[in-house]
Amino acid sequence: MRLGDAALDRLRDAVRAPDLAGTRYRLVGPLGAGGMGAVFEAEDELLGRRVALKVVDVPLDGEAPAEALLEEALVLARLEHPGLVPVHDAGRLPDGRAFYAMKLVKGERLDAHLGHVALLKERLRLFLRVCEPVAFAHANGILHRDLKPSNVMVGPFGEVLVLDWGLARPLAGAGGGGGAGTPGFMAPEEARGEPVDTRADVYGLGALLDAMLRVAPAPPRPKALASIAARAMAPDRDKRYSDVPALAADVARFLDGERVEAHVEGPFERAGRVVKRHRVAVGLVAAYLLTRGLFILFRH
Amino acid sequence: MNKVLLGLLVGAGLGALDGLTAWFTPEARSQIAGIVMGSTFKGLVAGVLIGLFARKVRSVPATLVFGTALGLLFAYFIAHMQGKYYFEIMLPGAIVGLLTGYATQRYGRNSQTAAA
Repeated sequence: MRLGDAALDRLRDAVRAPDLAGTRYRLVGPLGAGGMGAVFEAEDELLGRRVALKVVDVPLDGEAPAEALLEEALVLARLEHPGLVPVHDAGRLPDGRAFYAMKLVKGERLDAHLGHVALLKERLRLFLRVCEPVAFAHANGILHRDLKPSNVMVGPFGEVLVLDWGLARPLAGAGGGGGAGTPGFMAPEEARGEPVDTRADVYGLGALLDAMLRVAPAPPRPKALASIAARAMAPDRDKRYSDVPALAADVARFLDGERVEAHVEGPFERAGRVVKRHRVAVGLVAAYLLTRGLFILFRH
Repeated sequence: MNKVLLGLLVGAGLGALDGLTAWFTPEARSQIAGIVMGSTFKGLVAGVLIGLFARKVRSVPATLVFGTALGLLFAYFIAHMQGKYYFEIMLPGAIVGLLTGYATQRYGRNSQTAAA
């Protein structure tokens, strides 16, 4: 007898579904699946609230995935920030699988959310809010190492959360993961398996910024912004921004109409930026000069 | 820069420039020094008043209205002294008041903020 795809999917789901018997959690349904586990919506019956349970798959290759999941929970628990999902609980389920419970966030992945954010300025403000928890993590000695649009969620009230800290490592002695990140978003030194520092996440954020500007409906992409992304993604990490706040500050300068560090302006480009930044004052001066000019002209 | 000082500088500067435009009127050219000094003083007083208003009210639209009204009022006094050129003096005067109001509110800082 051959099983159809649908039957196989159901079997896979049944195997993946965690055994929550005897725990404070009641399974509600699956939320998503990743490389080493899956996330489920569950009811925390003790506190009467919905949570997200991240559960490692049935272990086939030893304890490494379970240890990685619990390490992720430890990293997240250490970082309390509005841009990070709080961890409520962690441990082992009756079936022996490692899990952790976190706040249930219902929102959209960043790439999906950008589909209805057409304005460049709004996209950049979102980007700055992604930078905040990453900079916070760095200040607390943690690297994310897998920054990409699918790991950022935008909640229904506009809250921006950086998810999936499964590859996060302490800054001190963060050895290369041997290409554990996502191609296109992973710093070259990370891909080569070399030791990494905060500039690996600067690269990831640069790639994220670049991706955010390309999602349709893509807004016009000013040269200064392309230069910021290019500097953040410089193959040589010494040529990148030194840290996330420096990158965020340059994006903020762009938003404020100021000159950005990553871009050398020509005189016309600079004049255009200054006029745009002070367009009301320039308009009023022009109105004054026009009025005066017309009076002088007509008097003669 | 605080709003009052900025209002003073912008008002005086624009007033001086506004006075200098009298050079293009041949019959006024001989009195250009007096006109420039008077116009600078007028702009300076208007600028300080607009700066004080901007510091107190902290609203761009309200400061624009106040600046325009003050610019019109001061320009009216000047035109009234001459008894002619009301439109030619009052319209640019209003724009100068508007510009001073915008500049003080948009670019000036309140003293407390600047100190912090």
